[in-house]
Amino acid sequence: MARTALIVDDSISMRQMVAFTLKEAGFSVIEGENGQDALTRADGQKIDLVITDLNMPVMDGITLIRELRGKPAFKFTPILMLTTESQDTKKQAGKSAGASGWIVKPFDPGKLLAVIGKVLP
Amino acid sequence: MKIDLARFRETFFEEAAEHVATLEQGLLGLERPDADPDLLNSIFRAAHSIKGGSGTFGLEQVASFSHVLENVLDRMREGTVQPTRARIDLLLRSTDVLKGLLVSARSGEAAPAELEQVLADLQREQASGADPAAASAAGGEGASEHAAPPQATNAPQLRRIHFRPASDVLLSGLDPILVLRDLASLGEIREVTCDTSRLPSLTALDPEVCHLAWTVVLSSDACEAAIRDVFAFVEDGADIQVSVAAGASAAASTARGPAVNERATPKPTADATAPAAGPAFRRRASDVEASSSIRVSIDKVDRLVNLVGELVIAHSMVADVVSHFTLDKLDRLQAAVSLMGRNTREMQERVMGVRMMPIGSLFGRFPRMVRELSGALGKDIQPEMSGEETELDKAVVERIGDPLTHLVRNAVDHGIDDVETRRAHGKPEQGVIRLAACTQGGSVIIEVADDGRGLDKERIHRKAVERGLARADEVLTDEQLYALILQPAFSTADKVTDLSGRGVGLDVVKRNVEALNGSISITTTPGRGTSFRIKLPLTLAILDGQVLLVGEELFVLPLVSIVESLRPKRAHVKQVFGDGEVVMVRGDTLPLIRAHRLLGVPTEVIDPCEGLTVIVEHEGRRVALLVDDLRGQQQVVIKGLDVNYRRVEGVLGATVMGDGRVAFILDVAGLIRMTDPDAVEARRALAHARAETSYAPAAAAA
Repeated sequence: MARTALIVDDSISMRQMVAFTLKEAGFSVIEGENGQDALTRADGQKIDLVITDLNMPVMDGITLIRELRGKPAFKFTPILMLTTESQDTKKQAGKSAGASGWIVKPFDPGKLLAVIGKVLP
Repeated sequence: MKIDLARFRETFFEEAAEHVATLEQGLLGLERPDADPDLLNSIFRAAHSIKGGSGTFGLEQVASFSHVLENVLDRMREGTVQPTRARIDLLLRSTDVLKGLLVSARSGEAAPAELEQVLADLQREQASGADPAAASAAGGEGASEHAAPPQATNAPQLRRIHFRPASDVLLSGLDPILVLRDLASLGEIREVTCDTSRLPSLTALDPEVCHLAWTVVLSSDACEAAIRDVFAFVEDGADIQVSVAAGASAAASTARGPAVNERATPKPTADATAPAAGPAFRRRASDVEASSSIRVSIDKVDRLVNLVGELVIAHSMVADVVSHFTLDKLDRLQAAVSLMGRNTREMQERVMGVRMMPIGSLFGRFPRMVRELSGALGKDIQPEMSGEETELDKAVVERIGDPLTHLVRNAVDHGIDDVETRRAHGKPEQGVIRLAACTQGGSVIIEVADDGRGLDKERIHRKAVERGLARADEVLTDEQLYALILQPAFSTADKVTDLSGRGVGLDVVKRNVEALNGSISITTTPGRGTSFRIKLPLTLAILDGQVLLVGEELFVLPLVSIVESLRPKRAHVKQVFGDGEVVMVRGDTLPLIRAHRLLGVPTEVIDPCEGLTVIVEHEGRRVALLVDDLRGQQQVVIKGLDVNYRRVEGVLGATVMGDGRVAFILDVAGLIRMTDPDAVEARRALAHARAETSYAPAAAAA
């Protein structure tokens, strides 16, 4: 059965790129344009991987990660954050909110899949 | 996996344009006293998104520029520096450069000329006051730790790696086994031991807690940093030790394990494949052309799809009734047809809606313009906007930009006085220019209003007399008087300023608006301000038309160009030299155009006193058009003639009437040009086109 990834980013081009890459890798994809939207769309779905941007309007990525991690269905789900900030503050905030890891922008499909390989068997 | 990223770049460019607009509007908004505290965040986010996207999609120049911009904005966001006017100026200039860089990345044009200057200024701003070390660190921050492929050392080394993850590692979605697999990808794992000493008894076991630790002996030529990088996600709270194993070299330890592969090259990690993506970023010609695309919201498309569904149902209802039709089913047939009609109409509206875009995209350019112009003139003007969400046809939005710009410039330049004059008149020092848009029936009203000095009636009248636009003793209504300033070559500005009054008057605005089948009107109150009201059709594809009857044929005139229609008294119709005729209308002498003659349509109504003359106007010139009769007014869908037939002077297009007949939509500007005696060829072409496309037998033409 195809695994499902939740991709959250307010940038359509970024979302398209990540979604396309994951679909090529055999995932089925659910897209959300901000944290709030993602929570709504993820509700009741079985999700194997979350990839979220951090800087987003309405609800940012850190809040989303915290919200997701608080749900029983997402207790062990790998959550990766997309970040351009390699500074530790953002990463640390994401980690303490419950993120599994991060992908530093800019990235290409190869790198994206490599990082996913670190959190998903 | 090789994925061509170019396909996502067009979306990125569209997005980036929106972000640039957000940047610009946000920066302008920062100067307002009531600036939203969240504004800096949204400005920062815009720059940040451009940076992230441009890096990913291989637009190096955009990425590095937006990176510096982002740093400056970040310091502002943190409160380290304040958004002073000078800083905002610099940031606005940076926004321009960014815009230029995006254009150059999209089209291959050269980078904007100001790039180096602005970049230097930005870098100075970035470094100023900041700890130099921090500034340089910030400069290098874009480099990611994943970017550097593991450095290979010459010979594989044996290392002993101890790894005890944090006990809550599982709760952040991580599985230690994946780390071990990742390690294996760096070389060859010689030995793994699992430390189970902390594992409690089964009854006391909490399966969500990790109790295990591992020791791995790895033979790899990767450096220690690359090995530690494998643990990047799990290092929090973990105990990780990497040490060189006894025996030092992998070769020396051959005795311990099976035959060692001396080559022991690590499997290339994904990082090593990264450069291969480079060629995918190469520009393709199609990237640039795609800019004439429209972005349509999913909602609009979804509604259309729903409608199509309903239309299919409606059709099947009709088909069902018709297939076994008997007269007693007439009611059902009528109901089904009327449902289908409703669906079709709604569909028509929705499809038109696809071409619609909010006028806010256009309004966005004005705050910046007002700020700069008013600054240059020593005025203090606050732009206010409303109705930005009002939607207009894309083509109309694109073509109304210049007229609006002209009106806004005009308001800044002539409408609003400088600070001292305003103070002297007891008005607030800050003037206001209001841009408002709203939908009214099938039209959109755009208003450009200022709270300035208002129009000076006497001066306009004096000027009009000077320019021969009015007689000194002529009594004009306010409306007529104000309309004079829209006449060609009328300018009330006594001195030519830098902004307007360079011979380009408001008449250009009027002409442009009329070219869009729109109209413009003026209201003003002395001392209180002036307001220009532009009325535009929602779309260029539909026109408010007056249907005319000539002989047995129908024609359509755009309603906006009709002044009035009347039946002249016999004494008012006069023959002038040649076969020219004129009609006297309240003292004005207007050329008479006989539609039947011009269009080559046989009719019995050839006496102007029996038919009707429609007075039409274009750019201040009026002519009287003789037709047989008027029919109703209705909205018509314009079909271009040039696509389906050929371009014909005097004809705007054609439309299909309710009864299936094709009617020409007459172009008033063209008709007026045809009154020129030299326009013989154009007149002949028009009559010929009419005959060729007519339903009526052309042979009957007299």
